[in-house]
Formats: sequence, C-alpha cells, structure tokens
Amino acid sequence: MRHHLILRVITKLLVGTIFLFALYVQFHGDYSPGGGFQAGVIMAVGFIIYGIVFTLEKVKAVFPPWLVHKVVALGVLIYAGTGIYSLFYGYGYLDYAAIDPHHPVHGQHLGILIVELGVGVTVTGVMVAVYYAFAARAPSLSDEDW
Amino acid sequence: MASATSSEPVHHIALTLSDQLPALQVLIPFVAAPLMVFIGVRSLAWPIAFLASLASLVISVLLLQRVIGGSEISYHMGGWAPPLGIEYRVDAANAFVLLLISAISSVVLAYARGSLKAEVPEKNHTLFYALYLLCLTGLLGVVITGDAFNVFVFLEISSLSTYVLIAQGSYRDKRALTASYNYLIMGTIGATFFVIGIGFLYMATGTLNMADLAERISEQRDSRTIRAAFAFIVVGIGLKAAIYPLHLWLPNAYTYAPSPVSAFLAGTATKMAIYVLLRFMFTVFQPEFLADIKILEAVIIPFALIAMFAASISAFYQRDIKRMLAHSSVAQLGYMLLGIGFFSHTGLTATIIHLFNHGITKAALFMGAGCFVFAVGATSYEKLKGLGKTMPWTSAAMVIGGMSLVGIPGTAGFVSKWVLVQAAFENGWWGFAFLIVLSSIIAVAYVWRMIETLYLSAPTEGVTAKEAPLSMLIPLCLMALSTIYFGFATDITLSASKAAASGLLSGSSGLH
Amino acid sequence: MFEEMTVEFILGHLNYWFFILLMMTGLYVVIAKGNLVKKIVGLNIFQTSVFMLYISTGKVEGGTAPIFPMDMKIDPEMIYSNPLPHVLILTAIVVGIATTSLGLALIIRIREEYHTIEEHEIAEQETKISLAELNGDQLISGGNS
Repeated sequence: MRHHLILRVITKLLVGTIFLFALYVQFHGDYSPGGGFQAGVIMAVGFIIYGIVFTLEKVKAVFPPWLVHKVVALGVLIYAGTGIYSLFYGYGYLDYAAIDPHHPVHGQHLGILIVELGVGVTVTGVMVAVYYAFAARAPSLSDEDW
Repeated sequence: MASATSSEPVHHIALTLSDQLPALQVLIPFVAAPLMVFIGVRSLAWPIAFLASLASLVISVLLLQRVIGGSEISYHMGGWAPPLGIEYRVDAANAFVLLLISAISSVVLAYARGSLKAEVPEKNHTLFYALYLLCLTGLLGVVITGDAFNVFVFLEISSLSTYVLIAQGSYRDKRALTASYNYLIMGTIGATFFVIGIGFLYMATGTLNMADLAERISEQRDSRTIRAAFAFIVVGIGLKAAIYPLHLWLPNAYTYAPSPVSAFLAGTATKMAIYVLLRFMFTVFQPEFLADIKILEAVIIPFALIAMFAASISAFYQRDIKRMLAHSSVAQLGYMLLGIGFFSHTGLTATIIHLFNHGITKAALFMGAGCFVFAVGATSYEKLKGLGKTMPWTSAAMVIGGMSLVGIPGTAGFVSKWVLVQAAFENGWWGFAFLIVLSSIIAVAYVWRMIETLYLSAPTEGVTAKEAPLSMLIPLCLMALSTIYFGFATDITLSASKAAASGLLSGSSGLH
Repeated sequence: MFEEMTVEFILGHLNYWFFILLMMTGLYVVIAKGNLVKKIVGLNIFQTSVFMLYISTGKVEGGTAPIFPMDMKIDPEMIYSNPLPHVLILTAIVVGIATTSLGLALIIRIREEYHTIEEHEIAEQETKISLAELNGDQLISGGNS
C-alpha cells in the first residue's frame, strides 16, 4: 500500500467522517431512520477500511482483538443492564418507564437511546471481530489474552 | 403501557422478586455469558457459568411449584401488555421442561469442568462456557415465551451457539467440523421453514401471541394459509427435533461434539423442539385442527413407528458408543411422537414424561461416554473392551442408563413406557402396545452389545484406562441414580406430566 | 382450485410468486451444489426469500412510512404501512448474518483440516477415516490445530 498515495490520503480523511456519521446515525435513531444496527456497521466499516488500506497490523494496534471481545460483551451488558435497572425499580424487564417514573415518555426516550447504544457497541465489535477472524487466519488471540 | 405525558407520577404497582421470576429465568444465563467474556479471567468462567445455571435451576423449581396446580403466569416484557407486547407465559407444561433443561444444564456443567480439559484447549474455555450459557438461554427462552416469533429468535440463539459448541469437537476429531456444518445447513433450513410458517400465520391472523393466535386460528380452520403455515412449522420444528426422516444431522453432531456438549444437547435440545411441536400442535393449532387434517394418522404415527424400529436397528449396528446413543435418541423420539399420535390425555402424559425421563437417561449415558473419552481418548467399542474392570463406576452408570433406555422396571425409562403402553390400551390399539414392547427388545440388543463390550470382552492390548476423576464421576453417578430415583418416585414426574398434558389441552374441548 | 387462477390472481400475487421462485432457487442450490460456499449462498437466497415474503405483507396500498409527526397531530385519513414485519425481519436479517458468518468460518476451518471445500472429496476422506477405524488402525484423524 506504500504506493497508493491517493488511497491512503482519502482513507485518512474518510475514516473520521465515517465515525462521525456512525455517531449521527446512532443518536438520531429515535427521530429518523437509523439506530444501533446501522450505526454499528458504519462504525465497523471505519475500522475495516483502515485495515484494508493500512494492513491488518495497523488496525489491530488501534483496536486490539482482546478489546474487540470486551466491546462485544460490553454492548450486551449495556443492553441487559438497562433491563435489569428497571427490575430493581419494580418494573418489568426493559420497562423504560422505570428510568423516569414521573415522565414515562422521557424514560422511554432515554431507555431506547441507551439500549441502542448497547446494540451499536456490540454490532461494531462483532463486525470488526468477523473481519479480524477472516482477514487473519493466524490465531489472533494469544494464550495470555484470556 | 401508560404513556401519560403529565408530570404526575404514573400509578404503578411495583413488581416483587417473585413476579420477576419468568424474566430472570432467561436473563441470568443471558447476562452471565457476556459478563464472563467481559471479565475475561479464565478461572472465573466456570464458576460464573455454574452459578448462573444453578440460579436458573432454582428459579425453574420455584416456577413449577407455582404453576403445577394448573394456574398460569404471564409476564409482560417491557411492560407492554399482550397481544401487542411479548409475553412470557409459564404453565405446567413449560415449567416442567424448564426444570428439565436447567437441571441437566447444571449437572452437565459440573461435569464439564473435568471433561473439557481433556477435549478442548484451555484458551477456548471462557468462550466455550459463554456459548454454553447462550445455548441455555436460547433453550429456556424458546420454552418460556408465549410469542411465536420470539420462539424463532431464541431457537436461533440456541442453534447458533450449538453449532459452535459442536465444532469445538474438532480438537479431538476433525469430522466435528463437517458435522457442525451439516447441522448448520439443516438447522437453518428448519428455522427458516419455521419462520415462513409464522409469517403465514401472521398474514392470516395479524397476531403473533400464541394465545391470541389460537383464538383466531380456530375461527378459520379451513383456510389454506393456515394449513400451509402448519405444514411449514411442523417440518421446520421436525428438523430441529430430528423426527425420523429429518434426523440425518443428529448422529454425526452428537458423535463428534465434545462430551459435555453431547450430554447437554441429547438431554435438552431435541426435547425443547418436541415441546415446541406440542405447544404449536395443541395450544396454537388446537386438537380439532389436527383431527381435521389427519396429520397424526398420516404422518406422526407412521414416522414414529419407523423411527422406533429403523433407528433402533441402526443403533445396534454402530461400532461407536456415542454414535449408538445418537441413533437410539432418534428411536426414543419415536416413542414421544407415538404418544402425540395416540391423541389422548394419557398419550400426551406419556410424551411429556418420556421427554423428561429420556432427557436424564441420555444425559447420563453421554456423560458416561465422555468419561471413556477422558480415560482412553475414544468411544469405539474396540477401545472400550473390558473397561468394566478398570472403570467400574463409569461402567456401572452406563449399565443403569442402558437399563433405563430399555425400560427395565425400577428405572425411569420403564415409567414412561408403561404410561405409553397404557395409552395404547386406552385407545384399544393393542397392536401398538405390542410394537412398543418389540422395539424395546431391539433396545435390549443394542444395550447388551455395550454391556458385553464393557464387561465380557478381553481388554484390547495397549489400552490402559484409569477411572475418571471424581469431578466427573459425581455428576455422572448423580444423573444415573436419578434415573433410578425417578423410576420409583413416579408421583413427582407423573403428576407434573399430567398437569402439563392438561395444560396443553386446556384450551380445547375435544380431549380431556 | 384452478378456476381461481385468473390473470388478476396471478399478477395480484406477484410478490408471492417471486417469494416461491427465490425460495426454490435457494433450496435447489443448497441441495444440488457440492461446494460448501455455494451452499451458504443458496441458504442466503433462501432466507432472503422469506425476508421478501414478510416485508411485502407489511405494505398497505397507499400507505406511507409509519412515523408520527412530532406534534402528534395524527391525520385520521392517513394510511400507514405495517411496520411490524420490518421489525421482525430486521431480527431475521441479523440472524441470517450470524448464520452466514458462522458458516463461512466453519468452511475456513474445514478447508484447513481437509484441504478442500468440495462435499464429495470431504465425504471420500471421511469414508477413509471410518474404514481405518473399522480395521482397528490407530486414529489417523486426531485433531492437529
């Protein structure tokens, strides 16, 4: 990739924009089409395009595989944690009204935002993990990582 | 959901812990799985998994206690009332299956700690336990949910994790990979058929809630869409349940999977699918619908009989203990289908009690096979000759399990076959009672072959075996003894199965 | 039943015809092709047919996207499409992606172990292993990774 100057410059410019757009799609999900799934995939595309242009090692330095696994788990925990939070307040699982009992609609807004964030985090992680798994067929996790 | 926009506190009755049990049943393994990956400490993975499994076992016991009298619990996910929201519905039928799944999962997890070290490299263990818990989540979710599409989602959660778990057997035998791949293809086709069926139901009725579906289907029983939906659902679930002509994925998958996975799946996965079949046949579509389309006479009973004989005979010809057990599973599923085919309360009781008894029996047998893998690294009869002397406890447990498989009085297997024969007599179908006994004799043959290998053959030269460690033996013996226990203490399982059968038939007037 | 087969009936159910066409194409590829990757492709086509079935049933003639205006002044004359099938299919698509990537991952592992992804060549190798086991030879199939 040393010779593809244009490709490298454009990619460097693009990656930031892609991340920004992913965050836009993520947090605009409850007003317009979008949400965690789309945002997660767009976010992962940022990493993947970086990996394709600047070799796998470079992107792994930015987003190491052990961190990818944690991120995957973290997203699910955010999602489930939102539900468990409402259990503690005597509401049903994922009943967002628990987040703001005086204003159930506000609670729903906040709840869906947090849940979508969890989805986005996990989808990012999963997509990058799939890319790593296929792109590098050497064992990416060394024994010490666990 | 109360979506008032005023700033007044919305009136809300706080749910207590016991109200939350249906959600916690699925939630605890679901949260524990990512938690152990997030923590990432290998030595903590097993304790977390075991605790989560035990917790869901306790919850399932509490749930069964509450519903065995015939009441039902309905839990509204996210506070959205059914039929719009997703509902978790617990009655005697699924509480009993929940108990079976979480009990087998807990015992097998206790056993897995020792067994896994011999079969799967250490660095995979954290993810292995995480996937095991996700599989448990899926199985429990399928059983507890009252929403038809939710069944599909949980089915896929359990299936996807199962494929990976089976492929972990590739460290022992590379054929695990192709077994897993074939299961993936078959399982996905099955799940997709199922979801097509659900789609047709949704088109015809506009609802996905099972109770609501049942009501609306009974109004348009002759609709071709409904019938097509039924066909798709039965074939889809049939693939998952390994009903006779759709069972081809099962022998390889069970043979090459790591032993704890074989034990867990043999005890739970097909049982879950049979439960879904029962639920759809009897709760969603109602017995009257089944009588209309004559599926029992035309499909279920013939294939049940073929399974009982063909699979038993092929079990006899196997030269590998795990493969023999896998074929015998297909044969035993035949008994469960036959119970459905009898189309009576006693028949359904027989199906449900056999579901439970066969679950614990097969789990015990596969755990025993896992001890052999641990000791001699193989499960072919060739390598197991004469192990009765060097591995007395494992072999004894295998014999007990084998007796239960045949249905010797005093074991759990006898109880369920007895109820099944009773159901045949009740219908006046004497020939079927005879066929049940006849197929049990074939079971005697294949179990005897195993016993002969273990006790009466001279050990193969060069095979040295040591008894498996206590961490594996104790769960194994616990499971084997429970097959004897449930052979004598029949009132527990019988009353639960009867309540379950009544629960399944509660919506209909045709059967009682 | 054939008297119902008018032109209107056939054209009016175009989405179902395409659903059946795609579904059969997918199933055919899964069953007939020996290449493991092609099987996954077939499986994908098969699943896509179901997505189409669901989504097409959600369409209401003249209906628009079911998003309420911000001021919540809902025009009773307004017709909305049914969003539920889309939501269901979103889940099914995610499941489909998971299945595909898992299947492809398995294929990579199979290729590493068997050095082929053709079904009949794998079957040949497995027969050899089974025969060797039958003859009491040492296990030649031990895992090596």
